[in-house]
Amino acid sequence: MAPVQAQAVPVTTDSSVVPERARDGIDLQINGKHYRHTGDPQMPLLWYLRDVLRLTGTKYGGQHGENGADLVLLDGKAVSAITLPLAKLADKQIVTVEGLAGNDGSLHPVQQAFVDEDAIGCGYCTPGWLIAAIDLLRRKPHPGDDDIDQLPNLCGCGCQTRVRRAIKRVAAGKAGQP
Amino acid sequence: MSNDPTTAHNQIRLSRRRFLQVLAGTAGALVVGIRVADAAAAPLPLALLGDTFYDLGAYVRIDADGNVLIGARDPDTGTGIATSLPRIIADELDADWNRVSVVPLGLGVTDNNGQPRWTYGRQVGGGGGSIPAAWNDLRQIGATARWLLLQAAARRLGVPASQLRCDAGTVIAPDGRRFTYGNLAADASKIALPTSAPPLKNAANYRLIGKPAGDVDAREIVTGLTRYAIDEHYGDALVAVLAHCPWPDGTLAHIDTTDTLAVKGVLKVVRLRPEPGQPLGSTVIAPAVAVLAEDTWSALQGREKLKLEWKPGASGSESSYALEQQASALLAGKTDPTTRVRNDGNVDAVSKKAARRLDATYYQPWLAHATAEPMNCLVRLDKDRASLVVPTQAPQKAWAVVQRLTGLSPAQIDIRVPRVGGGYGRRLDHDYVAEAVMLARAVDKPVRLLWTRGQDFDHDYYRSGSVHQLSAVLDRKRQVLGWNQRMASASALSHRNMPDNRLWTSELHADQLPAALVPNYRSDWYALDSAIPRGPMRGMPHLSNAFAVESFIDEIANSMKEDPLVTRLRMLGAPRELPLSAGGTLDTGRLANVLKLVADRIEWKNWLHSVNGLGIACWHVDGAYVAHAIEVAMQGQKLVIQRVVCAADVGRVINPLGLEGQLAGATLDALSTALNLAITFKDGQIQEHNYKDYPLASMAQLPNVVEVIIVPADDRPPAGASFLAMPTAAPALANAVFRASAVRVRRLPLMKELLRML
Repeated sequence: MAPVQAQAVPVTTDSSVVPERARDGIDLQINGKHYRHTGDPQMPLLWYLRDVLRLTGTKYGGQHGENGADLVLLDGKAVSAITLPLAKLADKQIVTVEGLAGNDGSLHPVQQAFVDEDAIGCGYCTPGWLIAAIDLLRRKPHPGDDDIDQLPNLCGCGCQTRVRRAIKRVAAGKAGQP
Repeated sequence: MSNDPTTAHNQIRLSRRRFLQVLAGTAGALVVGIRVADAAAAPLPLALLGDTFYDLGAYVRIDADGNVLIGARDPDTGTGIATSLPRIIADELDADWNRVSVVPLGLGVTDNNGQPRWTYGRQVGGGGGSIPAAWNDLRQIGATARWLLLQAAARRLGVPASQLRCDAGTVIAPDGRRFTYGNLAADASKIALPTSAPPLKNAANYRLIGKPAGDVDAREIVTGLTRYAIDEHYGDALVAVLAHCPWPDGTLAHIDTTDTLAVKGVLKVVRLRPEPGQPLGSTVIAPAVAVLAEDTWSALQGREKLKLEWKPGASGSESSYALEQQASALLAGKTDPTTRVRNDGNVDAVSKKAARRLDATYYQPWLAHATAEPMNCLVRLDKDRASLVVPTQAPQKAWAVVQRLTGLSPAQIDIRVPRVGGGYGRRLDHDYVAEAVMLARAVDKPVRLLWTRGQDFDHDYYRSGSVHQLSAVLDRKRQVLGWNQRMASASALSHRNMPDNRLWTSELHADQLPAALVPNYRSDWYALDSAIPRGPMRGMPHLSNAFAVESFIDEIANSMKEDPLVTRLRMLGAPRELPLSAGGTLDTGRLANVLKLVADRIEWKNWLHSVNGLGIACWHVDGAYVAHAIEVAMQGQKLVIQRVVCAADVGRVINPLGLEGQLAGATLDALSTALNLAITFKDGQIQEHNYKDYPLASMAQLPNVVEVIIVPADDRPPAGASFLAMPTAAPALANAVFRASAVRVRRLPLMKELLRML
């Protein structure tokens, strides 16, 4: 391997020239924290979350996010993290399943309702359901069955009827109640 | 005492020797484990036990602060076993459930002169065996820990232990003095074990068994903190992704890795080959090329840039279509069956004098498991140690793969099994473990293997497609006198390294309905040869047969213009217990009961006149009974599942909330499978590569509610329920569709066939 050549840095005494601030990399806002990614801008958000930040709550579902296990909130909307290259995420607000609960550990009402209804099979796809449900409830605070039918998630364990109950529980303001 | 018949047996067996062992806990903790030989399936003679004193697995740990840690031995693939097994122990212990934390135990193995000794006994997730096994041995763990705590309290108080009682983590004296378990733990750990097994609780005093409990991992799951194997990591582990040969018996003709190795982050490309002579399921499933990189994204990009040419092997001409043709030809011909599974009375003789005869043929597609968490494995090999995190349903089988590949001694292999993202039988085979170990050895670094979704579909151990030819003869009084069932399929398990026709009696089960109910009954299986790998599938062998049998009984009823509920109840006859060939009994009363329960709930009396279509089906599996009633409506070409009722009798229920979830979940899984799913192959290659090709049912396709009825049957020992609701959902659906549309669907997946026939 060839040795790295030292680069000559131009030195100026002109104090009016302010060197430009280094802007290498992409500024990311994830769960309210700031990160700067300096690697491949085409890396999908999913692998950045899982491999770099070790936020593994967002799951790999498929190469195109087909089963919804990799949903995150992008400026409040549910989007598949494997379809999001980091290059497109500068200064966007990203929330993953790890960012849903309050700082004091209090669960988001949708999380609480999933616990209340035991709306969990193996649990692998649950983070994706939570994100999709939050997105739905933001758009439709009182969703009907037809609205819930539109959720994109898939589940082989069969948690769908319990997820439906959980969403209705949130809409009824009964998350956390017996 | 409980009048559970298994208890008396255990009492006798256990009292012959010391059953449990107290471990030296640290910091005043009481730790109770189980002795290996006792946990084995069959009792061993005392002489064979050897020195098991050190070979103990810990199940319960009570700390000085009162916190209780309980180990869950079976992998939880979403069956709720990590909740229900610890609750069995906790109830016998009289623990305060709010103070209990559950940890997955991982594989328990020690070295017994070079042979593995399984310290936790049976460790299998799925198949419905976890709870029956736990009922037999795990209750004693809690009872013994409780006995020790009572002894400690008795000594401290100077009163006989018999005068003390326990309540939610506290020992209470007659005068009201109380000691918490935490307070007693250190003393209890110094007390010698009882020479005979302490008595189990009277069932009337259960506080946790039979009461609903949410999943112990729920909070961690909804906060994204649960780590599945796919989420685990060693600092310097390389990420490996694979390009598999499309044919299990194919070969690599050409490889160019130049562009792959030029990808930033890619470190190495490694070829993998199946080990000759090893059974499928414990070696690499197909030749593969692995790309190892610093991170997943680099590895995936590297894989994209591989230039590979694969050459097919003998399987390269196989197609699922041709196999089905072959199956039909076999059944049409006169050759002897591969296996005569059951033969009662004389079917041929009774056929000649019957008043009425009915024939029908049913078709089942090939199926994939499609677990949410794809195959993956984390492995680190050191000189004298292998450390793995494996998403498996059978850690002991994973151990065997690692042991063979590494040559390490039994206890040098450490296998952790966190919560598993779905199993359904796929993770009873460990090809992905073999791959990960081979790769870690090749690169001399820890490896994190990840299969992509496409590989999961392309390289599964599939459920074979099948053709079922059924024939029934009836007398003038509408009694079914003869039943002849012939089935052709590839063998259910292709991974035993044996000739195909010697593997297994396939998907036919000797005791499936209506065996034992019909005096002249015969079932024959015809084997197809196929190189497409097969393995266990949730609900096998019941899943495919119940569809054929329960659809056919509906057709029999229809041919007589009779209410199919009446036909079924007449076939079941008076409540009685009929012996089964595999042991156990078929209790016709319990089966009739679940059938009547679903019928009542769905208002079956309207079956003939309802605008919608009503369908019903029932089945029994290893001492558990299940029925479905389904109501559907046809809206043009659209099928709407209006109502689904499921009733189950599984004997004593450990966790009714968990059971409800299992029954509803398996119902939805079975409906999704019946509606949409089929694996096909052409030129030996699987044609479905993702969820678009293999569309699990969307929320909109599934019913909004599954109404679950659980039969109280505390006088019976608990049976397994993990797949109990799988078999009957499809036939109840097809029977309902028939009444709504007049179309009899005899081929799954249902939607495709229904649209073709409408």
